[in-house]
Amino acid sequence: MSKRPSLPVADAPVRPTVWDSPAMARRLRRRYAAERRFRLLGLAAVALSAAFLAFLLVTMVAQGIRGFTETTITLPIDLAAADLPIEPARVKGRSADLALAGAGLEDAVDTAATMRFGRDGADLLSPGAWLAVRDAIKADPAILRRTVTFTLPVASPFDVAAKGEGTPDAEQVVARLKAQGVLSTGWNWNFLTDADATDPTRVGIWGAAKGSLLTMLVTLALAFPIGVLAALYLEEYAPKNRWTDLIEVSINNLAAVPSIIFGLLGLAVFLNTFGLPRSAPLVGGLTLALMTMPVIVIAGRNAIKAVPPSIRDAALAVGASRVQVIFHHVLPLALPGILTGTIIGMARALGETAPLLMIGMRAFIAAPPRGLTDPSTVLPVQIFLWSDQVDRGFIEKTSAAIIVLLVFLLAMNGLAIYLRNRFETRW
Amino acid sequence: MSIPKITARNVSVSYGAKQAIDDISIDVDMDHVIAFIGPSGCGKSTFLRTLNRMNDTIPSARVSGDVRLDGQDIYAPEMDVVQLRARVGMVFQKPNPFPKSIYENVAYGPRIHGLANSRAELDVIVERSLTRAGLWNEVKDRLSESGTALSGGQQQRLCIARAIAVDPEVILMDEPCSALDPIATARIEELIHDLRGRYAIAIVTHNMQQAARVSQRTAFFHLGTLVEYGRTSDIFTNPKEERTKDYITGRYG
Repeated sequence: MSKRPSLPVADAPVRPTVWDSPAMARRLRRRYAAERRFRLLGLAAVALSAAFLAFLLVTMVAQGIRGFTETTITLPIDLAAADLPIEPARVKGRSADLALAGAGLEDAVDTAATMRFGRDGADLLSPGAWLAVRDAIKADPAILRRTVTFTLPVASPFDVAAKGEGTPDAEQVVARLKAQGVLSTGWNWNFLTDADATDPTRVGIWGAAKGSLLTMLVTLALAFPIGVLAALYLEEYAPKNRWTDLIEVSINNLAAVPSIIFGLLGLAVFLNTFGLPRSAPLVGGLTLALMTMPVIVIAGRNAIKAVPPSIRDAALAVGASRVQVIFHHVLPLALPGILTGTIIGMARALGETAPLLMIGMRAFIAAPPRGLTDPSTVLPVQIFLWSDQVDRGFIEKTSAAIIVLLVFLLAMNGLAIYLRNRFETRW
Repeated sequence: MSIPKITARNVSVSYGAKQAIDDISIDVDMDHVIAFIGPSGCGKSTFLRTLNRMNDTIPSARVSGDVRLDGQDIYAPEMDVVQLRARVGMVFQKPNPFPKSIYENVAYGPRIHGLANSRAELDVIVERSLTRAGLWNEVKDRLSESGTALSGGQQQRLCIARAIAVDPEVILMDEPCSALDPIATARIEELIHDLRGRYAIAIVTHNMQQAARVSQRTAFFHLGTLVEYGRTSDIFTNPKEERTKDYITGRYG
């Protein structure tokens, strides 16, 4: 124990405080400087973050916007001269696709391109160009008897060149075609409605977007009710003892487990033990639900804890049962917080790639999934797959897919803010 | 002496190892408002909360002794705690209206207990309860506004209306005026006068003048024991115990 030195309190002469002394003025100046410095540092931090965000958005949008457009070439095709061995009357119904393919429509289109643009004419067209011709014939079989001018997508190297990023050779060809006035640019609507393909001019994002949507539905349907029920039970019913402490620690740890480990768990449990289908949104959703649930439980418990105990007392005192207290009072008041936590968890799940790679959602899937058990991929995995492609045409498609993913995220966050404001109670 | 509504005999409560109240015996009846007074931490609120089993919500609380409502043991296993709390209403220290409309605040209790068969009946209950709580004239034109938008005194009367709405037999008040200004306090005290006889009322208060004004029976608690219990006029003018006298004259507390 240290003994305090005795201070001559009573006898000490009282020195008057001089508020305008130079020392005071100096101290004041220093205080103002410190305030100013701190404010500037904070402002700089905010500005730096905003600059990073702006840089990201600008480059993404600048790159990605080209992914939504396509270059088309005008090509007259004399279908009568091509003399396809097919009757216009038979181009009907389901067998039409097969009949037209069998009749050599693709070759006829290639021939027309060669005749129009010279030796390499057929290479100018996208591998999917003849499909546009096929669809036109299906819509109006009568055009088989005359010459029709089509606008068809060009092959990827020339598409890229037309957008200013191509090889010198392709640029020359594009310059020549532009001089002829046969090239034009338009929105690539197929990008929003198609699924993955091998050729960048034919890929679409809808397959992955629908896969993400279905996966998120499964995740939400599982993680939200289970997470909220777990949070309610732990907060309202569970006794506070060693077991509940253990559960709390486990849940907190679970929320911090690297996501790829959940992927391994999904692989071992859902695919190998339960034999669920590989690459399916159902399994993806189950795996991501495992990952999202702890986040919802933690956010839910905090939101429930924040409901003032006086409200519980008030409800109990008029004779509400515990379930009535929970569902009439606690849950409605905690809901905004629970929803915020849920959306944070869901947004994380939406952007998750690693665990889905483990359960086979990285396969090449050329058709949008029709149900929860159809093979599918999701947006972030699609971005990962496209970014891995050699073809230059995939660069802009990758950026375009990123924009779609960001729009998805923004829509989810917007919904969350809307719901939170709707359920928010003003005190 | 009228028939007691609640009889508490040898009631002790402990929170874990800490004994909060020890061996308390008190009656609450319809004709006399009973006030519990005493310094902070003396156990008067704890005792009040044993009368409608609100202590059940505290996991460490242990209650022993015998509490009867109309002769029925409220701690018996066959006693339904939800019905008990409807029969023994409670008003808290801090006004705690639900963050819902004024109407919903009052209608909530009758609705969960099925006391009204139609919207019209519910309207009647709401109006009657708000009238008895002396709030009807102030809020009748804005029943759909939030209960939390009222002033503190109005909120507390809304809480009293909410307790009245389920037609209780006993109303317990836990320092109902300690968060209110003197004018709002006076209104609550008038209200307690008006409600006397219709309900058995027990009130915990820190304010000795308030106990003298609103109650006919007073119980003085100190350190978890019941020091003195009798007619309010006797306690305040002629206390038998030295500790009561010291407290009432302001020597401690």
